[in-house]
Parts: sequence; structure tokens; C-alpha cells
Amino acid sequence: MDIKIKVNGTLICESVSPDLLLLDFLRKHGCYSVKRGCETANCGLCTVLLDGTPVLSCSVLCARADGHEVYTLEGLQEEASGFVGFIADQGADQCGFCNPGFVMNTIALLRENPDPSDDEIRAYLAGNLCRCSGYEGQLRGIRNYLDYINRKKQGKE
Amino acid sequence: MVTIQNYVRVKNLEEAYTLNQKKGSMILGGMLWTKMQDRTIQTAIDLCELGLDRIDENADAFFIGAMVSLREIELHEGLYAYTQGAVRDALKDIVGVQFRNLATVGGSIWGRFGFSDVLTMFLAMDTYVELFQGGIIPLQEFAEKKPDRDVLVRLIVKKTPGVYAYASVRNQRTDFPVLACAAANVSGTYRISVGARPGKAICITDEEGFLTDGITEERAKQFAKWVETKIPTAGNHRGSAAYRTRLTGALCYRLTKKIGEEQA
Repeated sequence: MDIKIKVNGTLICESVSPDLLLLDFLRKHGCYSVKRGCETANCGLCTVLLDGTPVLSCSVLCARADGHEVYTLEGLQEEASGFVGFIADQGADQCGFCNPGFVMNTIALLRENPDPSDDEIRAYLAGNLCRCSGYEGQLRGIRNYLDYINRKKQGKE
Repeated sequence: MVTIQNYVRVKNLEEAYTLNQKKGSMILGGMLWTKMQDRTIQTAIDLCELGLDRIDENADAFFIGAMVSLREIELHEGLYAYTQGAVRDALKDIVGVQFRNLATVGGSIWGRFGFSDVLTMFLAMDTYVELFQGGIIPLQEFAEKKPDRDVLVRLIVKKTPGVYAYASVRNQRTDFPVLACAAANVSGTYRISVGARPGKAICITDEEGFLTDGITEERAKQFAKWVETKIPTAGNHRGSAAYRTRLTGALCYRLTKKIGEEQA
């Protein structure tokens, strides 16, 4: 079947099999930030933004994404650059495999709620699993970024 | 691994129903459980263009389209206010935001999954299911029916005056519930719905009238004890039957008290 999907701003028209998953389609088109993890829709490694909404690309049929817009980390590096350094400063990237999913979901979180509390961060990122860090590093990194932004708004940075 | 031979975005419910009469056909929900199955789907039927991804409401009811995501229900202000936050409590721990953005209420209810927080919550409410052929039937009747080849169109939640509360026990926040429990006082009738028993949720009402004269500490305890005897449980790797029965009583007591406080 023929589909048209806008990936990171570029329209891709292609003929695909009806059971092709968005994850495989994106990786085929060079979006290697999108990782195959648990394949049970639990780990969040394959998170992408579908029409601005964070979803698990391992569970979206490419056919269903036809006519929609998808963003992966490759297309949102500028937006991510604001806070990823703060996460890295906490050593929370470690092996790095879960990072793109975390970053994509953090982008979605901050778009929806630009000044979340720690509990709101934990709740929003609960669907992103990390087997290295214990999550505290990511939380500290995002908290430090938000504190930095708030200080900046108050003219203290 | 699931194999799909044809994918059809249907133009109307009639087309969906007709295509779904073939045994090899399947209506897609959020795809989250479907994609983990080892089966071949001859025709995957997608309802995504039928406008069923909306929650509408009027003075009497909420109309929740089959394709509405669990996240949309979680964030819906009207349902939040009507249930005093119980619907949000029921959905907020289901895996993660990305999962809930995909999972549809139609898929959750149609699946009649034992672990379903969604079915547990809506059973405690004055909820009906609209089926393309079967018409509008109470959710309880739908939950007891064997799956057939009808099309679930929407859930209808009547705004019957009520007080609601929800709680679950999980080994880990985003895991399946060991036990899920919703309590309600709907127009003076106390209802308790218990899911993840681990069988699918069942709902019972206070037939013995424990709470008819109001909720007190003692009556809440008696009611919870009675519910324990009425809800069948079983064991699996998450918990034994005896543990689940104790949890049933504990959650029922807490939620009944919460409803009492809400009503005070």
C-alpha cells in the first residue's frame, strides 16, 4: 500500500507492507535514534512524536501514520539541546540506549507543562525505562535545567 | 508476530461491520496487545476516520468514542469533575504516557481484559456500550457477553448523580494491578467493582443495605467484609487468591470511607 508520512519535515512517499511498524519505517529512513527495545510497548525506547503527541513507534502501524507528521530526535536536536547537557552533567546517560526515548518524552512533557513539579516529571516519564541509572540522575538533570530556566527568567543568569 | 494482509480505513460503520464478519478480520484498537499476538489478520479494519476519537457531552451523559485514547480520558476535565478524579486515578498508572496516547477505550473495553483498570472503573459507573448491531446495552451485560463480530462504537456514561473513588495495588507503579477496585454511590446505590482478580472485573451492589443509613466506620468494615465473601479471586504470579481477597476487603473499606468523606 502507498503511504505519505512527513518525517522530520520531509515528506516520504513509499509503498509499504500493511504490517510494517512505524519503528522499522523510521529506522529504514535513517532515524537511528528510534530504538527497538522491549517490543511489548513498555520501555519507551521507541518514543516519537506523532502529530506532536508522544507515542511508541513499535506499536503504530505505518499505514495508520499515513497522512500524519512524525518527529524523531534527529529532527528535534535544537529543542533538545537546551536540557540534554543538564542530564549528561548528572551522568544519567550512562549506556545511552534509553536516552533518545527519554529526551523525546521530556520534549513532550515540557511542551505540555513547561514548569513541572518533580512528581509530574516522574509521572510523565514513568513509561521510559532505564536499566543503568535508577532515574534519579535524569530527574536531577531536568530539575537543574528547569531551575536554570526559572533563574534566567528572573534575570539571575 | 502479527501479520496483516490488508489494511482498510473504513468510511462508515456499515463497512466496518461488513468487513468484520469474516473470521480473519479484526478491528484495530491501539494495536498494543494485537501486535504482540502470533496470528495472521486478513483484514485489519481501522476506524480512525470515523470521528470516534472525540468525547462529547450533554447535560445527561458523556459520549466517549471507541477510538478515544486513555490519555484523553485521563485529561478530560468533565470526567475528572464528574468522578471527583476517580477516572484519572484509574488511568494514570497504566504503563506510561506514550502507551496511554495509543491505547483506545474501545480496545480496552472490547478486550474485557482481566487486568483492565478501564473496565473496572467504568463498571462502577452508570455506563452503557453502543454497538453497531447490538444497540445500546449496559456495560455489565457487555462484559459478561462472549466476544462476537459486532462493532463497538462508543461508551455512554450517564451523568447520574454519584460519588466515585478508585484504588489499585501494584507491585510497581506502572505494572499490571494485583487488584483494582472502584467504588461508587450512584443515585443512592453503593457499587463496588473489582478487577484483576485476576479475572475480568465484576461489579456488585450493596444488596444487604450495609450502607443504606450512611457510612460509618463500623458499616464500612461490615460492607468490606461482605464484599470479600462475594468477589471470587484466584492466584497467579502477582499474588495468591487469599492475598487478593484480603486486598479486596482493604480497598473496599478505604474507598467506602473515601466516599463517605466525599459525601459528608
